[in-house]
Amino acid sequence: MNVADVRSYFPILNQEVNGNPLVYLDSAATSQKPVQVMEALETYYCEYNSNVHRGVHTLGTRATDGYEGAREKVRKFINAKSTQEVIFTRGTTTALNTVAASFGKANVQPGDEIVITYMEHHSNIIPWQQLAKATGATLKYLPLQEDGTILLADVSEIVNSKTKIVSVTMVSNVLGVMNPIKEIAKIAHEHGAVMVVDGAQAAPHMKIDVQDLDCDFLGFSAHKMCGPTGIGVLYGKKHLLENMEPIEFGGEMIDFVDLYDSTWKELPWKFEGGTPIIAGAIGLGAAIDFLTEIGLENIQAHEHRLAAYALEKMSAVEGMTIYGPLDPNKRAGLVTFNIADVHPHDVATVLDAEGIAVRAGHHCAQPLMKWLKASATARASFYLYNTEEDIDKLVAGLIKTKEYFSDVF
Amino acid sequence: MSSNLDQLYRQVIMDHYKNPRNKGVLEDDSLTINMNNPTCGDRIQLTLKVNDDKVIDAKFEGEGCSISMSSASMMTQAIRGKSIEDALKLSKIFSDMMLGNEYDEDIDLGDIEALQGVAKFPARIKCATLAWKAMEKGLKEDEQ
Repeated sequence: MNVADVRSYFPILNQEVNGNPLVYLDSAATSQKPVQVMEALETYYCEYNSNVHRGVHTLGTRATDGYEGAREKVRKFINAKSTQEVIFTRGTTTALNTVAASFGKANVQPGDEIVITYMEHHSNIIPWQQLAKATGATLKYLPLQEDGTILLADVSEIVNSKTKIVSVTMVSNVLGVMNPIKEIAKIAHEHGAVMVVDGAQAAPHMKIDVQDLDCDFLGFSAHKMCGPTGIGVLYGKKHLLENMEPIEFGGEMIDFVDLYDSTWKELPWKFEGGTPIIAGAIGLGAAIDFLTEIGLENIQAHEHRLAAYALEKMSAVEGMTIYGPLDPNKRAGLVTFNIADVHPHDVATVLDAEGIAVRAGHHCAQPLMKWLKASATARASFYLYNTEEDIDKLVAGLIKTKEYFSDVF
Repeated sequence: MSSNLDQLYRQVIMDHYKNPRNKGVLEDDSLTINMNNPTCGDRIQLTLKVNDDKVIDAKFEGEGCSISMSSASMMTQAIRGKSIEDALKLSKIFSDMMLGNEYDEDIDLGDIEALQGVAKFPARIKCATLAWKAMEKGLKEDEQ
């Protein structure tokens, strides 16, 4: 993988911010988009914009082919058995909420248990909190080790016959930890629970094979994987989706509407009420083509090198606290940190003056922040277009930040 | 470092950050206002003692960046001894200053003037206004 070639597809990277070349280290929040994706959106809008699944006319057919073609690309991307198992949603949040509101409400009863972890993003916490409150179930948290990893022994201890749902992120957006989803799914299934996976931070960076993982549900978002905002995917095993009720009702999702009752379309459309996110799906399809052509193995290897390099260089800076495992083999391409006593907002502001974009705050993971005993942290996250030079600039910026604040203190 | 940054992190701001004035919690029959900035995790607990339409005392506790904490320190310093009306007036001036609106420059703002540079950093305006919003909320509730 040639990073210079990769970068040439991302025109946004070629600009100055505050008088310095942009160093974009916030891809875990949202990735940049390659020209291939923007062209796919433009072509759709310029040449065949039309509604899907209804028009007899030519453009309608082209739009339907584009939309359903994107579904097949997603199916292949995650190795689902059938496109009936691929539902387009607004993003990971909607995907997880759909599982909680539909599958959860129908299958969880008072006294049942839902198991998540301390490292979840708010989108994989609150739907389960709400479900627990509505059903009288108990929400349980898997503890984390000192380095932020999960022990399978803890999973075996906490998951039991009362557990109906286990929902875990594949990669932590704060710690960078990669969780053993396949093993956790096995334990969940031994107790009759379903395994839900938050794939938001995994899908952009590594191969996901839903059949190999044997997960029951998986959600992810296009915008973190070079695709447009506003679209994501809910994967679910067919026999589970078939027995679930839609949570949105209206056009597109119906089979037959009578005065007082209606029936639903077959999978996956019964979960796609209203005119779907047509351009978004086509853009996601283009993003998948782009990532597949470069190769997810190559992207993952590149990010692994960057993470190892960043961990080494950043650890060498005095006063640096790095959260999550220091072993690059145990983490994905992001590093969450605090430097000296400088508040992460101030770090992010000083770095921004250098043209370096990082995230600062609680990263939508307040329970994890509590566990880390940090009210906020800064995060640098890497993607296929980042380079060692970006990390050198980050480290130089962090040293400057520290010096700047030690001067004023 | 750019001069914009020096405008943001003025010496007096750093002094308030490092040595916050009026840090703590007022007991007895004081007003307590909790406020946070959900996008970043900054939080403040402001306690106010109000008597005869006058702010007798103000203290704050909280967690946050240099801008939010120094602004809280300056705000408590500025409103102690002021009438509710004057404190709210000051809050309006501060808000105008942050939004880049015109305000009466004849009024002596003291240390608060140092926060002027924040207006150039849109992402940080919410940091600076957190404590002021808490104060406004408390005093407006007290007025009712």
